[in-house]
Amino acid sequence: MKHLRSIQELGPEGLERILKLTKHMAEINTRPVPKVPALRGRTVVSLFLEDSTRTRLSFETAARRLSADTLTFSVSTSSLNKGESLRDTVETISDMGVDAFVVRHKSAGVPWQMSAWTSASIVNAGDGAHQHPTQALVDCYTVREAFGRNRFDGLRLTIVGDIKHSRVARSNIEAFSMLGADITLVAPKTLLPHDIEHWPVTVNYRLDDVIEATDVLYMLRLQSERMSQGHVPTLREYGEQYGLTHARVKCLSPNSVVMHPGPMNRGVEMQIDPQDLTNSLIHRQVANGVAVRMAVLFDLLAGEQAPTQSSLASEVS
Amino acid sequence: MVATSVEVMSASDVRRAITRIAHEIVERNNGVDKLVIVGLQRGGTWIADALASVISLIETSPSVPVGAIDVSMHRDDIAMRPIVVGAISSIPCDVSGSTVVLVDDVLFTGRTVRAAMEGINNYGRPRAVQLAVLVDRGHRELPIRPDYVGKNLPTQLSDEVIVSSDGVKVTSSNHQ
Repeated sequence: MKHLRSIQELGPEGLERILKLTKHMAEINTRPVPKVPALRGRTVVSLFLEDSTRTRLSFETAARRLSADTLTFSVSTSSLNKGESLRDTVETISDMGVDAFVVRHKSAGVPWQMSAWTSASIVNAGDGAHQHPTQALVDCYTVREAFGRNRFDGLRLTIVGDIKHSRVARSNIEAFSMLGADITLVAPKTLLPHDIEHWPVTVNYRLDDVIEATDVLYMLRLQSERMSQGHVPTLREYGEQYGLTHARVKCLSPNSVVMHPGPMNRGVEMQIDPQDLTNSLIHRQVANGVAVRMAVLFDLLAGEQAPTQSSLASEVS
Repeated sequence: MVATSVEVMSASDVRRAITRIAHEIVERNNGVDKLVIVGLQRGGTWIADALASVISLIETSPSVPVGAIDVSMHRDDIAMRPIVVGAISSIPCDVSGSTVVLVDDVLFTGRTVRAAMEGINNYGRPRAVQLAVLVDRGHRELPIRPDYVGKNLPTQLSDEVIVSSDGVKVTSSNHQ
C-alpha cells in the first residue's frame, strides 16, 4: 500500500491487515522498552494545517516507536505565512528526502492533491469533513478488543451528533459497515448531509428512540468551528436532545459501550463527566491510537522494496 | 529442473534430539533456576514447548517459563520478506538477570537470531543468552553459533529445509 487517504482506498483486505498488524504493535507498547528498529532511516513529516492534539502526537509517538525520524511542521512559524503555497511547501519538504507525509487540512481532497506533488506516501489525518481513516481504524480495533470479536455482524452502532461536518463519521461508517455492523445515525436534520439516503445507514432524529437498542454509542463532537450558519438553535437545546445525560446513561444496556473521538465538548454532547461512565472506551481509543498508527506507518513504509527472487532465496532462515 | 526431497531426520530422531538438548540445557546451567525458554515465531515455538515439557520431567522444580518472540520488527531485511501476521511475542516474566534459551527450528544465516537477541533486550537484560536449534544448516552471514544442536546438516544455499515434529526434510532443486 502506498497511501492511506480513505477507508475505501484501504478496502476490506487492507482494513483486516492493519487491524491484525495493530496487535503486534500493541504488544510492543507493553514492553519495558517500547521501541523497535523497524523503520530506522525513514523520515515522517507531520503537516498539520489544522489544530490537533491526539492525532498529531500519536502519529509522532508511533513513528518514534518504530525508530523513524520525525519532522513537525508548524504552520505559525512557516513560510506559509509569507504566502508560500501548499504545493511549494510540500515540494520543498519532499526535496529534503522524506518518506511519508501525515497531513491534516481543512479542505477535503488535499491528501489526493498532495500525492501528485511528491513521491512520498501520504497519510490522511483528516481532510475537512471528508475522511479520517486512522480514527476509524482505531475505533474498529477498540470495539474488537472490547467485544472480543473480529466481525461486527449484528452489532448495533449508533453515531450521534454532527454527522454533516464529521469526517470521523464518514470513515467510521465505511469501516464498520465493511465489518458488518448495523449503523444508525442520530442527529437533527440540519446536521445530516444531503446525500444521506445513499449511505448504508438507518437515520433517526430522536436519541431516546434508539439508545436502548445500542451496543456501541458513538458521540460526535459538535464542531462549532465548522458551523457557518445556525444548524442548532442553542447549544443547550442541542445538549438536551442529543447529549449524553445521566438519564440516557441509565437507558443504556449493561453490555453497551460509549465512545467519543475527542476533543469533548463537556456540557454539550457530553452532559456527564465521562469519568463517571463505567463502560467508556474513550481512554482505550486514545491508547490504541498509537498502536494503530504504528501499524499504518509500518504497512506504508516497511514494505517499500518489493521482494526479489534472489533476496528471498538467500534469506530463508 | 527436478526437485528431490530427502528425509534426514525421522519423527523419532526429532524427539530424541529434543530430549538430548533438554538434558544438555539442564546440565549446562546446573539446573533450571532463572532459566527462561523463548521460541522464535513461528518455527521455534513448538520446539520450545517440547523442550520445556521434557525439562519438567528432568527437574521438577522450579518450573521453567516458556515464551515466544516475534522478530519481524527487528529484522535488518524487513523490507524483503512479508511479516507473519498473528505471531505475537509473549514473554512471560522479567528476563533481567535470567538465562534465556532462544529456540529455533533451523539455523541458517543467523539474521533471525540476531534480531531475536535484539528483541529480547527490549524486555530486560538477561544474564546470558543461549541458542538451541534443531538443525544447523550452515551458511552463516553473522558471527553466531548455537549452544545446542539437534543435527548439523550440510546444505546447498538453494536447498529448503522443512522441520516439523514428524521429521526433517531437505528439498533440493537439481538443474539437469
